[in-house]
Amino acid sequence: MTVAKDVTVTEDLLRIEGLTKTYDGAVRAVDNVSLTVSKGEIFALLGSSGCGKSTLLRMLAGFETPTSGKIYLSGQDITDLPPYQRPINMMFQSYALFPHLNVWDNVAFGLRRDGMAKDELTERVESQLKLVQLTKFAKRKPHQLSGGQQQRVALARSLAKRPKLLLLDEPLGALDKKLRESTQFELVNIIEEVGVTCVMVTHDQEEAMTMASRIAVMSEGYFLQIGTPDEVYETPNSRLVADFIGNVNIFEGEVVEDEPDHVTIRCPECLHYVGHGITGTAGMEVGVALRPEKIQLSQAQPDKPHNWCAGVVTDIAYFGSHTTYHLKLDSGMVLKVQQANLRRNCDQDLTWGDRTFAHWRRDVMVVLTQ
Amino acid sequence: MIVKLLPRLRRSCTGSRLVIGLPMIWLFLLAAAPLLIVLNYSLAEMDVASVNSLWQWADQALTVKLNFSNYLFLSEDPLYFKTYLSSLKYAAITTLWCLLLGYPFAYFMARSPAHLRPLLLMLVMLPFWTSFLLRIYAWKTLLTGNGLVNNSLMALGLIDAPLHMMNTPFSLTIGMVYAYLPFMILPLYANLVKLDLSLLEAAADLGASPWKTFWLVTVPLSRRGIIAGSLLVFIPAVGEYVIPELLGGPDTLMIGRVLWDEFFSNNDWPMASAVTVVMILLILVPMALFNKYHDDTVGEKV
Repeated sequence: MTVAKDVTVTEDLLRIEGLTKTYDGAVRAVDNVSLTVSKGEIFALLGSSGCGKSTLLRMLAGFETPTSGKIYLSGQDITDLPPYQRPINMMFQSYALFPHLNVWDNVAFGLRRDGMAKDELTERVESQLKLVQLTKFAKRKPHQLSGGQQQRVALARSLAKRPKLLLLDEPLGALDKKLRESTQFELVNIIEEVGVTCVMVTHDQEEAMTMASRIAVMSEGYFLQIGTPDEVYETPNSRLVADFIGNVNIFEGEVVEDEPDHVTIRCPECLHYVGHGITGTAGMEVGVALRPEKIQLSQAQPDKPHNWCAGVVTDIAYFGSHTTYHLKLDSGMVLKVQQANLRRNCDQDLTWGDRTFAHWRRDVMVVLTQ
Repeated sequence: MIVKLLPRLRRSCTGSRLVIGLPMIWLFLLAAAPLLIVLNYSLAEMDVASVNSLWQWADQALTVKLNFSNYLFLSEDPLYFKTYLSSLKYAAITTLWCLLLGYPFAYFMARSPAHLRPLLLMLVMLPFWTSFLLRIYAWKTLLTGNGLVNNSLMALGLIDAPLHMMNTPFSLTIGMVYAYLPFMILPLYANLVKLDLSLLEAAADLGASPWKTFWLVTVPLSRRGIIAGSLLVFIPAVGEYVIPELLGGPDTLMIGRVLWDEFFSNNDWPMASAVTVVMILLILVPMALFNKYHDDTVGEKV
């Protein structure tokens, strides 16, 4: 038993306990946050600007002193350690490359501070440059590189010291959309190749979903939900999370039937039949979250008593891979429906002003009590 | 003909040419032309009370007579050499002290809260509101035998007899550093305030202590401010006249005073001009070096 316990203890690389940061004695940027990150994980802090995710990251790096709480790295309390003594490296949003040093010296900067022997240093820097495919650019100054190349120098520099923990602050925020998509995968590949544990901050849910193994959704200084990308997407625990991650339709209604294997929820728009039990009671006010891509459209009225509604098409947005329809229901609610364009030139008969039916399966909704 | 010329004229007289041309004319009239006049005088000869012209027209021949005796005399009399050297020395000492005092000053000004900076900047510039001459004169009353400094030190019992501070290298240096400090602080501040603080964080993140970060990041990135401030102090300090006159003594030789003597006491304009030309050359060398250095780093965004 004790052996098993030891194993779990060593696997927890980063442990945060009740971390709080208060500015000017009033504003709580980070509010009593606790978290454990295992070795090898890529953990994303996701939230809109001002939610406290950057402050939390800066406390991990040592740039901000927590008002209260503790940070442990492999069991060692590092809360009061200055940044230059922490075995943690950060990739800055602006990359913060030293403009007076070339690529090689930028990567070597941290190693030189450790007084690494010359041969070892040369070898390490070259292997880092190889890792990010910048060997040819070693003698260039940062301003002579493109945004994507600068980003890779920043990554090589932050990985050069083989940190126990790598912090990424909006790692792809400064890149344009096309480059961002290809870099996401490249970045994850490199991080996994090196095997470093990683905490990243992002406001882009797509970035968090593709890169992270676990996501913490933050709002107003605390965690709304922590889970794997699909957990957070498919089973959000609150309206805030459901709304923040992806697109969602939320029906407000009342539980009318509460059975162990199903519940029925009456909303002004329709009757929901949810194919699983919930922790609630009949008469309870709940929200029913329904993702746009889980809804089907049909011209004919579905012959079931629940999980469908009728509406008028008010908006059609064609995205190439899919089309988003906005249906105005009789209650006034606008239902977002996403249909994959499986065939070329699929001549959808639907057009503005058409009345159509939306229906969905009994196992695609999430009942939200918060 | 005119029809053909007009478009060409219009093309050459575009706004940009005017914008560049006007300051060039200004520079020529107010900087280059006086310099040429001085150069002209330095090669002329003194004829009792007036200066002979270099150019003479006689017997259908234009004779240009360049007289290098002033320059020869400059190189022969060791006093001039010593004075130039001493001027450079005091200018260098002043620059060094201004840098040592001005850098921390500018650094903390740049790091102070944004709403305090205009006030601090104001405080640096405040002395300019009083006459330069008065401010230097005030140092005289502070540093004399029974001046404020000596009296205070004696009242505190730190010294028994008044210290001899006036008309020494000490008083000269104090006056020069005091007068030129703002010229060091302002360009340094302008440079340091632009420094990207995330670079300092990056250095700390990579294991550099605050002291190392200062030397490895802050100082290299502020070198342009350092160079600009040093030139702004060094160049006028070499030719300084008022401060050595008021605060200096017999052993603080400076070229400004020699110039004054040649010009007003000896009334020897050619000699005074020669002294000036050599001084300008002495200053042009560091300027040229700076320009070369500046060109080397062009394109580097700091």
